[in-house]
Amino acid sequence: MKKPPVISRAINRGLAPFRGAPAQELVPQARLAGPMPWVIAIMVVLTVVATAAGLALTNLAGGARAELAGGATVQIIEAEPKERNRQAEAALDVLVEFPEVEGLRRVPPEEVAALLEPWLGTGFNGEAVPIPALIDLRFRGDATPDKLRRLRAALSDVAPDARIDAQSSWLRPVFSAIASLQWLALALVVLLSLTSAAAVFLAARSALGNNRETIEIVHLLGGTDQQIARVFQRSVGFDASLGAAAGLLLGMVAVLVLGQQFAQLDSGMVANGGLGWLDWLAVAMVPLAAVALAMATARLTVLFALRKML
Amino acid sequence: MANGDGEVVGFDNVGLRYGTGKEVLSDVSFTLFPGSFYFLTGASGAGKTSLLKLLYLSQRPSRGQIRMFGTDVITLPRARLPGFRRRLGVVFQDFRLVPHLSAYDNVALPLRVAGVPEADLERPVTDMLDWVGLSHRSDARPATLSGGEQQRVAIARAVIGRPDMLLADEPTGNVDPEMAVKLLRLFEALNRLGTTVVVATHDLHLLKKVPASMIMRLDKGRLSDPTGVLRYPPKPQADRRTGDDRAEDLQE
Repeated sequence: MKKPPVISRAINRGLAPFRGAPAQELVPQARLAGPMPWVIAIMVVLTVVATAAGLALTNLAGGARAELAGGATVQIIEAEPKERNRQAEAALDVLVEFPEVEGLRRVPPEEVAALLEPWLGTGFNGEAVPIPALIDLRFRGDATPDKLRRLRAALSDVAPDARIDAQSSWLRPVFSAIASLQWLALALVVLLSLTSAAAVFLAARSALGNNRETIEIVHLLGGTDQQIARVFQRSVGFDASLGAAAGLLLGMVAVLVLGQQFAQLDSGMVANGGLGWLDWLAVAMVPLAAVALAMATARLTVLFALRKML
Repeated sequence: MANGDGEVVGFDNVGLRYGTGKEVLSDVSFTLFPGSFYFLTGASGAGKTSLLKLLYLSQRPSRGQIRMFGTDVITLPRARLPGFRRRLGVVFQDFRLVPHLSAYDNVALPLRVAGVPEADLERPVTDMLDWVGLSHRSDARPATLSGGEQQRVAIARAVIGRPDMLLADEPTGNVDPEMAVKLLRLFEALNRLGTTVVVATHDLHLLKKVPASMIMRLDKGRLSDPTGVLRYPPKPQADRRTGDDRAEDLQE
């Protein structure tokens, strides 16, 4: 009888790493047939859109706040046109000398008429409907209540019908709404991350269940928890990368389309709502974070399951 | 009882129960010596597979002590168990082949897990498949192999790493008599190289084929000692009673 083959070379019985293609083959790659890439893709699309929206709102609010924080409007509310004009000119003379005023301009009557056109229509008679004279001014720094009080005192003699309002005060509800939307976007990002983690956890557990027999065999052949977890982690990482790339692509398309839609509004409010390169970088981090989350979840899930075995 | 010197495995008053059920193994005590060949016999349900599970470290006993290679494996940290498992070769009753790997990759698996470089794998794996008569089926998946072929792959996988101890649960149950003898020759060859072999079987004819073997018999979870090996532990390869005699003892 032929002599039985026995390896003469001493087998390395250390806990050497089990890597490469043979290790990968231990867990059949579901690729796009499994739920993981699709779950990750959907989560990444939603998270990319929510992140981009949150960042755009932050930029919009920040830009508007910076623009309006030092702004104030002086209205001369006088029905008689000549007196109104006189008070406006006198107010301009005082404001020019006011040390805390950085810049000012009288809003031309045509511009005021254009602003009121949606309500009053064209060709209205300025004498029949008295329109206040408007002066736009910008303080050095923010329009604080103290500055406004001193300005009122300075104008009270020369323009007794002047009314001064900080622009930030009448936009406060808008800022408040934007802040709410920012919190909403942040909450959406957090919730989507948690949902992604839960979905990945379930997908990893499902993959673990499908491959439990293989895991037990490798375990009984002397595979360490780290070896087995690494194989699963890489398998899930590969599936998650496929999904994350698809999700990023779709998410970016959605963000760009939405951005173009808002840009077409041609509104001063949304002009500051664009994304800078740091914002795009943050959006690009979303899929990376999703893959890292998927791999960490898979690793912990497998390690936790293995610890239940001897 | 044995103090651990010169033994491969030592069981002291080991008991095993699953959950809250009754004990499937009770007061099991024995010592396995290096380079010895043991048959573990007993009727179905006697506890042979449970005892093997304790030996291949898939189960902890409910009570008692187990030493392996001079170390108390009951109190051993879990992280150190893989190092012990790599010194064992196991032929499972249900083969436990990885279904999506080829016969070649299944046989190579223990070596890969142990970190043997790919360049050093091909020759021994090919030789082993050739020896078990499956070189022509090295690319076949387990599902396309017959029961006997799967069993031969499982045996090749168990012995390829030249284990210090080989544990086989009914290893010849699905092969023809000629292949059964051939496989036993392989076990004997390993045994001569110093591997301690434990074969669980209820096929008493097998005992005749390995004259140098010793017998442990399980009956309702308790170990009896028909060849006196447990009462008078032999030196390695010392028991030379004929297989015929011992098989007759058991049949009685």
